[in-house]
Amino acid sequence: MEKKTPLYDCHVAANGKIVPFGGYLLPVQYETGVIKEHMAVRTACGLFDVSHMGEIVLTGPDALKNVQMVTTNDCSGMYDGQVRYSPMCNEQGGVVDDILVYKVNDNAYLLVVNASNKDKDAAWISSHLSGDVKFEDISESVAQVALQGPNAVPMLASLVADEQIPKKYYSFVQEADVKGIKCLISRTGYTGELGYELYCAAEDGPKLWDLLLETGKEFDMIPCGLGARDTLRLEAAMPLYGHEMDDTVTPLETDLGFFVKLDKEDFIGKDALVAAGEPSRCRVGLKVTGRGIAREHCPVFVGDQQIGMTTSGTHCPFIGMPVAMALVDKAYGEIGTEVEIEIRGRKVTAEVIALPFYKRPKK
Amino acid sequence: MATLENLKYTKSHEWVLENADGTVTVGLTDYAQQELGDLVFVNLPAAGDDVTAGEPLGDVESVKAVSDVFCPVSGVVAEVNEELLDAPQLINEQPYEAWLIKVESVSGSEELLSAAEYEAFIAQGE
Repeated sequence: MEKKTPLYDCHVAANGKIVPFGGYLLPVQYETGVIKEHMAVRTACGLFDVSHMGEIVLTGPDALKNVQMVTTNDCSGMYDGQVRYSPMCNEQGGVVDDILVYKVNDNAYLLVVNASNKDKDAAWISSHLSGDVKFEDISESVAQVALQGPNAVPMLASLVADEQIPKKYYSFVQEADVKGIKCLISRTGYTGELGYELYCAAEDGPKLWDLLLETGKEFDMIPCGLGARDTLRLEAAMPLYGHEMDDTVTPLETDLGFFVKLDKEDFIGKDALVAAGEPSRCRVGLKVTGRGIAREHCPVFVGDQQIGMTTSGTHCPFIGMPVAMALVDKAYGEIGTEVEIEIRGRKVTAEVIALPFYKRPKK
Repeated sequence: MATLENLKYTKSHEWVLENADGTVTVGLTDYAQQELGDLVFVNLPAAGDDVTAGEPLGDVESVKAVSDVFCPVSGVVAEVNEELLDAPQLINEQPYEAWLIKVESVSGSEELLSAAEYEAFIAQGE
């Protein structure tokens, strides 16, 4: 039985098309449709319910030590109010999940995890605790929304005092006042655009949603569903757990090496990653040059030889073409390599192109 | 959801127009396009291909997923709406204008519903 997020009634009221996802009932789209929602985020602003994400808090003198043990990135040296992305690995170097680490202070870290992995992650982290640390899963008591797109910046400025708005990418303000609603606001997102994620108490969620929906009208903001969330992250080549990585794929194979600090003293999976050495496969971007749309799990060929599999794929609305990401044999990872993707029994031509497919224009 | 009185419908959400010359025009219903969402790709047979009632004639893809389109009648493809290959969104915009194929030498058909029967069928499923 799927759970409802604190915003479920808001989605029904907005005529969201509700589907089960990651154990929750969430809107895949609203009446405007995936393409308009996608374009709104690229050109104006979109509002997403991401309350299905999980939140875990580690507190105590050994909080950092424990964070360091379960993350591959180096989370030491973060400032209070900083966010860092990191894979979390198992002993074999496969990915348990990819998470965001929020440093509240030296004795408190907030970990934001994927909805579909929430229970697995909670069990994983709590079973690897050591020293003086308290573990708390606060997922059920938190509502989270993402406000994404260029107009998110002026829009939030119309609601929140300037000093309570995080200015740097991957930073946050712990206690911001959004017209009387207490929120944590971070400058983060999963769309490749400027934007924010706002966390508040579950019971304040509908009030925050309605406030943002109303304020958003003059900023061309529309509510967006999971469909657009997926096409936006794919266009920006952001990996998704269960697609570009899972328990059997290492972060080095899926092009997340930047977030793996092998010089860090110790973390779960380090020995396996060091022992494995240079990975033999890599994550590439594919542009479909033939007629068709590649989805996940399509075999990728060069001649008769299968060189890998697609991990995600769709028609991306802003760049206006079908693209896919794939894990392939490293020998075929060069940009310009011509391949074929088997789509429903039919081979369609494609070419390896640079990731990300879309990059936000710098002003 | 809109239906047109002069069309017939399948339970797999295609519409059928029986033309005076004995050919049949096939498209996707308004309900189908709403359920599928924004269409971005259409795969259709070629003129001259045989089609069989109840078998896929091609597929349509939204951003999210691919879906088969089932042929309501058996026969031979007389004409294909080439315009859709470059503009699949026409199916979303005008489902009863954006026909997919015309079939000639029609030799059999699926169970076809009237507009009222089709609306009742959908109401039942919801």
